[in-house]
Amino acid sequence: MSSSQTYYIPHKATWPVMATGGLAMLLAGFANYLNGSSIGSTLMILGFAIFIVMLAGWFTLQSTESEAGMYSHQVGISYRMGMMWFIFSEVMFFAVFFGTLWYTRNLSVPWLGGEGVGAATKEFLWPNFEATWPTNGPGKLVNGLPTADGEFEKMSAWGLPFLNTLILLSSGVTCTWAHHGLLANHRDQLIKGLIATVALGFLFVAFQAIEYHEAYTEMGLTLGSGIYGSTFFMLTGFHGFHVCVGAIILSVVLFRSSKGHFKPENHFAFEAAAWYWHFVDVVWLGLFIFVYIM
Amino acid sequence: MSAVIAEHDDHHEHDDHAHGPEKGILRWIITTNHKDIGTLYLFFALAMFFVGGIMAMIIRAELFEPGMQFVQPQFFNSMTTMHALVMVFGAVMPAFVGLANWMIPMMIGAPDMALPRMNNMSFWVLVAGVLMLASTLFMEGGAPAGGWTLYPPLVLQTGKALPFAIFSVHLLGISSIMGAINIIATIFNMRAPGMTLMKMPLFVWTWLITAFLLIAVMPVFAGAVTMLLTDRFFGTSFFDAAGGGDPVLYQHIFWFFGHPEVYIMILPTFGVASTIIPVFARKPLFGYSSMVYATASIAFLSFIVWAHHMFTVGMPVAGELYFMYATMLIAIPTGVKVFNWTATMWKGAMTFETPMLFSIAFVVLFTIGGFTGLMMSIAPSDFQYHDTYFIVAHFHYTLVPASVFILMAAGYYWLPKWTGHMYNEKIGQLHFWLSTVSVNILFFPQHFLGLAGMPRRIPDYAVQFADWNMISSIGGFIFGASQLLFLYIVIDTIRGGTGEKVSDEVWEDAHKHGLEWTLPSPPPYHSFTTPPTIIPTEHI
Repeated sequence: MSSSQTYYIPHKATWPVMATGGLAMLLAGFANYLNGSSIGSTLMILGFAIFIVMLAGWFTLQSTESEAGMYSHQVGISYRMGMMWFIFSEVMFFAVFFGTLWYTRNLSVPWLGGEGVGAATKEFLWPNFEATWPTNGPGKLVNGLPTADGEFEKMSAWGLPFLNTLILLSSGVTCTWAHHGLLANHRDQLIKGLIATVALGFLFVAFQAIEYHEAYTEMGLTLGSGIYGSTFFMLTGFHGFHVCVGAIILSVVLFRSSKGHFKPENHFAFEAAAWYWHFVDVVWLGLFIFVYIM
Repeated sequence: MSAVIAEHDDHHEHDDHAHGPEKGILRWIITTNHKDIGTLYLFFALAMFFVGGIMAMIIRAELFEPGMQFVQPQFFNSMTTMHALVMVFGAVMPAFVGLANWMIPMMIGAPDMALPRMNNMSFWVLVAGVLMLASTLFMEGGAPAGGWTLYPPLVLQTGKALPFAIFSVHLLGISSIMGAINIIATIFNMRAPGMTLMKMPLFVWTWLITAFLLIAVMPVFAGAVTMLLTDRFFGTSFFDAAGGGDPVLYQHIFWFFGHPEVYIMILPTFGVASTIIPVFARKPLFGYSSMVYATASIAFLSFIVWAHHMFTVGMPVAGELYFMYATMLIAIPTGVKVFNWTATMWKGAMTFETPMLFSIAFVVLFTIGGFTGLMMSIAPSDFQYHDTYFIVAHFHYTLVPASVFILMAAGYYWLPKWTGHMYNEKIGQLHFWLSTVSVNILFFPQHFLGLAGMPRRIPDYAVQFADWNMISSIGGFIFGASQLLFLYIVIDTIRGGTGEKVSDEVWEDAHKHGLEWTLPSPPPYHSFTTPPTIIPTEHI
């Protein structure tokens, strides 16, 4: 069937149902686990396994079809639109946590300290609370005075986080270098660029893990460290998760590149992975400025 | 841009029945066909409409008289919470996605949706999400009972159900985002040559804008409930003032999602009304382009008015004023729409088949719901209305005799096209009159109750509210029972209806109003295997 003239409508899709089953099982397992049920973790692992098998199967199917030339230019546009709007939904997801950080730093913490509409709250509930940043809130005051309980250090921007900024920015460069290699049909450059990008991505995650370990063991900074700990770990944690996902996607692209997939004029999977990677990169710059520096 | 169709199954078998559906139950489980998936969405929505309806009947039965009659207060609150969640996420939204699946490819001259496999997944994830939500009814501590808004700190007191409710929101969000991405890709990428943006039927336009709203706000809701989850299970303090957080922050995030969300339910409603009214008025739609711009304006405004849901929460006065005036602006594009529908009917050669009856009732009753919204936008007045039955009356007027009525109208309007059979007009009209009279008996007295001070979400009330509550409940029971007529008509029409063979265009001169009427009734499994010629339509 000549592909360039047709819009490919697949039939009998079995992976989506499996994806749904895996996802639902994973989440139901997690919910059971949180409720302290003994079957929770088993369900979770099973659901996750199904999901991974599904991903492998679905990706294999798509790449086989793509290499067989079944996707016309018009199909490619649908995929690109799908990826762009998916990334937009991710932007909105991160916007929630950036918005939370903005709101607490600029509104709710000052209100707790007696500013504006918060005057009565401060007067009657926590008269000795000083609105500062970082804070773990007025709940740890004893007899109106600060205590050592729950004390923590603020995460500094200029150690590992700065190094991680350099790592992610360089990975953006290597990713683009790989793309140029693909466009110029230099397979070697494509593969080297991707290896560098994936390696830098996982190096970032490793440094992040070290940073978290230090926070928990040496700095007293945990998820329970009031609003500072909450926003810090939520923002950096979801970002780190996205770096992992992005690095895994890039690994798949690397694997496919090594098998000779992709052509200079048609390589949607590479483009999608690169867009996602740059998106993760930009989120990090936002984090570095608003969470670490400011 | 060519749209000739190629077919393959996932396993590259040579099967010759690729142009028809699979046989048996498997057809529905692994289908990628926009009509099959649309049908699944519509039946699922209808089923959930009755599930949510039973919950509403329990609520109205308990409120029939003052005092505690049938259920425990905790269960009553679960019912109000679950009724809302099931109706919003299980009935109204999926019903409109079902219509989008069925109609958008037919209206723009496409063979199918742009991303058929994802289309299948978005339906099944929806089912998983709603099932997970429904399962909370049987859990220790009961289903969530803090209201559909899931406000902390109250909702954090939910028993075992909390993580399930939160993950069901995640699943519903994933489903909606995938559905919306598919709709946007279909509209931007699959239009037949010549189908320019400003030639698209308004239903397609309103869905394009709705899909954008969905992608923008569903992740916001997902983020909000994720923070509920970590506050409850991982020791964070997002919504806990003792840790420096703020429960009001949740309300801000929720309504940043929640206000666009209510427009997600009303914009496709506008689109269907703008589709049906011109056909039965036998005139082109009045002010097509102003309808498009009004829809876009409403969508834009929906992002900047959220805190009018929280006037009594203790915001700075500047915030109250800003949100008050911004909210009032919405009346302008909404007014444009109401006047346009009226002008479309003006001097038209109108006939009053069931879809038209429901559409006219929509214009009138939605306007009532709109006006009470305007009353509540005035911040000082809202202090009186907040959390009373006045609010309940307001949003039910915008949802039941608006969204639900238009869904009924859409059902009557397109069922003959979908099935090739004509529905029973007499029973249809009976359904309309019973519904319209009873919906007003049901919701109009709630305005009086609210203004007199009856709070919402309570199982028992002071005796001075007894009379209007009894009348409201009677209206509710009649309305609930009347909907069984609709169920009957749907089944009857699928099984042959009146036996009358319907023509391709079904309604007189309908082919002037949309491409779907140029296809046979019922349409072929794949809508347009070759791109249709776009004839200039009358609305230009």
